[in-house]
Amino acid sequence: MAEMGLVDIHHSVVETEATNRGYERGLIELAERGTDIIVMDADLAGSSGTSGFRKRFPDRFLDIGLCEQDMIGTAAGLALAGKCVYVTTHGMLAAGKAWDIIRSTICYGALNVNICGADAGLSSGAAGGSRQSLEDVAVMRTLPGMTVIVPADAIEARKATIAAARLPGPVYIRFAAARVPIITTNITPFTVGQGGVYRQGDDATILSCGVLVYEALKAARILEDDGLGVRVVNCHTIKPLDRAIVTRAAVETGALVTTEEGSTLGGLGGAVAEALAQTARPTPIRIVGIEDRFGESGEHEQLLAYFGLTARDIASAVREVLSRKKTLRETESEQRAE
Amino acid sequence: MSPTPIELRDIAKVVRRDVLTMVLEAGSGHIGGSLSAVDVLVALYWEVMRLNPERPHWEERDRFILSKAHAAPALYAALARRGYIDVKALLTFRKLRSQLQGFPDMHKTPGIDASVGSPGQGLSIANGIAMAARRDGRSFRVYCLMGDGEAHEGQVWEAGMTAAHHGLDNVCAIIDRNRMMGDGSTEDIVALSPLEDKWRTFNWHVIGVDGHNIEQLLAAFSEAASVKGQPTVLVAKTVKGKGVPFMENKPEWHDRTLTEELYEEAMKALS
Repeated sequence: MAEMGLVDIHHSVVETEATNRGYERGLIELAERGTDIIVMDADLAGSSGTSGFRKRFPDRFLDIGLCEQDMIGTAAGLALAGKCVYVTTHGMLAAGKAWDIIRSTICYGALNVNICGADAGLSSGAAGGSRQSLEDVAVMRTLPGMTVIVPADAIEARKATIAAARLPGPVYIRFAAARVPIITTNITPFTVGQGGVYRQGDDATILSCGVLVYEALKAARILEDDGLGVRVVNCHTIKPLDRAIVTRAAVETGALVTTEEGSTLGGLGGAVAEALAQTARPTPIRIVGIEDRFGESGEHEQLLAYFGLTARDIASAVREVLSRKKTLRETESEQRAE
Repeated sequence: MSPTPIELRDIAKVVRRDVLTMVLEAGSGHIGGSLSAVDVLVALYWEVMRLNPERPHWEERDRFILSKAHAAPALYAALARRGYIDVKALLTFRKLRSQLQGFPDMHKTPGIDASVGSPGQGLSIANGIAMAARRDGRSFRVYCLMGDGEAHEGQVWEAGMTAAHHGLDNVCAIIDRNRMMGDGSTEDIVALSPLEDKWRTFNWHVIGVDGHNIEQLLAAFSEAASVKGQPTVLVAKTVKGKGVPFMENKPEWHDRTLTEELYEEAMKALS
């Protein structure tokens, strides 16, 4: 996959960086280019990635205090007056506490506000279940007109941040506080709404997003040793979902595993299942994520293992879905024989 | 030539009659809180605000946010009588494919500056517009009409702190203090008094007015425009259901539907 410009994670030392930092770099780059942006934070600039921006562009930065609801409402007003606004707070505060304002003011008005959920997923690690946002993708995805992006690494996070400035309507981007592997490079293609095939294969496909794209690639490598060709797709845009790439994966490989660092209800897995349930051919799907429960305190890497989100777990999920694919194919050929 | 206060009172009567007709025709809608807000709307749209109905998106216009979005009938009637929309369109209020949705939608109705609906959200929007105006060196003002029951919403007080902290003197809030909400008296449900003192301690310039006295309202808006470094709130003492004696101060008229007979009786009171 040389044309994707990916890091060779299997043969080189993989660097890590919090995707929050990619957000920060994207914001600074936008302001340097002269884009008329305003960045807001709700007293979390130290962790969310906006403190560097604040230092460089104090006139373009507004700390609203611990007023997430007012922050979103104020952003709506700024957007109504023509500003390109990025609002920032932790994922569960943005998508959770301010959900009604995002719904009734931002989305109902179809306003150009970019909502940035920092420290999302399990990435706030030690903070534990009350502060880990596992349902943000699901609750943002149901809002009409909302674009939802979950970048895989800091480099993609920077690209997503910059792309959001030009996207009409509201955008939710989810960032991680923990250092996560850098798997893409500046030349890796990134287009909102278009997934990227990061590894070819015809036996099964792993559709992944966020930090788990790295784990998915490692899982595919494990399965290669079993003689299995597993496709890996980076589905960074959960909404609008790249239905073409998902449908192709279903038709061409016949078995899908989705992986995400969030709830198995209503996220990437939900989006893929909804899309495929309405196509003619049944496709076995396995949704890997956190099963209808809250998180817990721990290091980010420990939590990925604890919740069964590592390469090894994903590889087992692929084997499981492949056995269902086999049964389905056998049933189909029996039916044809009759 | 500005209309005289007497002419404004006549306009207010027409707007009130429109509200009743709209709600009768729609079979639903919030009458009480619409009628209490009419005089404030008339003062703003006929006298106070810089606007041009032929250019609803004119950049230098004053902005208006109806935070008490359930008073949509009163706002639509004012917009129609001011020339933003066809008066006949008022009869389509709340109906399928109407440009007049149950709650204001900026994409459907000319003259609506922000889509609103969920209570307590308008002041934050007003603040954001006012901040952008200040950044861009624009002189327009932002008006935000809130219900008193909305003050139960925490976001109102977040926005109250923000406007005062940033000294947004281009923001003018108006609280329609009719002392009634859907379930009864605000003071019985969760007391708001002393409401003016609350805003004063939030560092707002507070003006208490009779919300049905056009002269007082005009004087208060003029005072608000002269205040520097501080946002202003008009706490407008009003009567829920104002103008229709059998509705006045009756919480059940928050969103009760009209019968033909009651409609005739109400219209007689406003003739």
